[in-house]
Amino acid sequence: MNRKIKKMTLREIKDLLKCEVITGDDNLDLEVLSGGGCDLMSDVLAFGKPGMLLLTGLTNAQSVRTADIVDIKAIIYVRGKRPDKEGIELAKKKGIPLLTTKLMMFEACGILYSAGLPGVNEAEKIS
Amino acid sequence: MKLRKLAKMAIENRIEHSFVIKGKDFGNAGNVSTKIKDLLKEIGIPPSIIRRVAIATYEAEMNVVMYANHGTLNFALTPQKIEIVVDDRGPGIEDIELAMQEGYSTATEEMREMGFGAGMGLPNIKKNSDEFEITSEVNKGTKLRIVIYLDSKNE
Repeated sequence: MNRKIKKMTLREIKDLLKCEVITGDDNLDLEVLSGGGCDLMSDVLAFGKPGMLLLTGLTNAQSVRTADIVDIKAIIYVRGKRPDKEGIELAKKKGIPLLTTKLMMFEACGILYSAGLPGVNEAEKIS
Repeated sequence: MKLRKLAKMAIENRIEHSFVIKGKDFGNAGNVSTKIKDLLKEIGIPPSIIRRVAIATYEAEMNVVMYANHGTLNFALTPQKIEIVVDDRGPGIEDIELAMQEGYSTATEEMREMGFGAGMGLPNIKKNSDEFEITSEVNKGTKLRIVIYLDSKNE
């Protein structure tokens, strides 16, 4: 399969997934290199790559903490979920934008993938 | 940190610090790793090295928080390497070989709800280390020694 892959700005992603911005409104020009969907933070730590966008349904502060450790650029919470207060505070401190979409994980990932956002391993091949 | 202590460290070309990790304190889980990451960033350590140190310490810290009663994390930076020793008082590990297998986990439902317990922790620490040692005694505790060289090419 030959598909065109590209980096995407958070603004493009926000429009595609009809996101609400929880924090980081002033940072929507940030570019993400790749995307991944995962609720398991142990797996994010094992397979996550710097510069990626994380889509997750895990709403506790560990989602943000894990993102910071792996140098993940931004987080989108799926299924209309919202992170807890601790998570939002940590994200503000670390400059990690948090967004939420009503879409399910599968739909949100599918839309971004179709729009050309590469998965983490795919992105590595082109860089 | 006291100025005299810092000056001594500068002369010896070694920065070290000991952190306390409280068991079952999920609210602060990850604090120590974040502090170490921020410190390394400030010193100007290459990002690829910082990432490996951050992942290894975070996994180790989460293990202490999830399983042990109490632990310490000793961090030392020299011009050649970063050495991290995590020592906990807790249940220990009966079968280290089994615990090192990807996917093997003894995590509780509560830990899984936090997004942990995939059985990737110890293997992932090893993957990110240049040197890795683990010793454990049942009902006493577990000790990890992690070394990451500043010039290592390990990704």
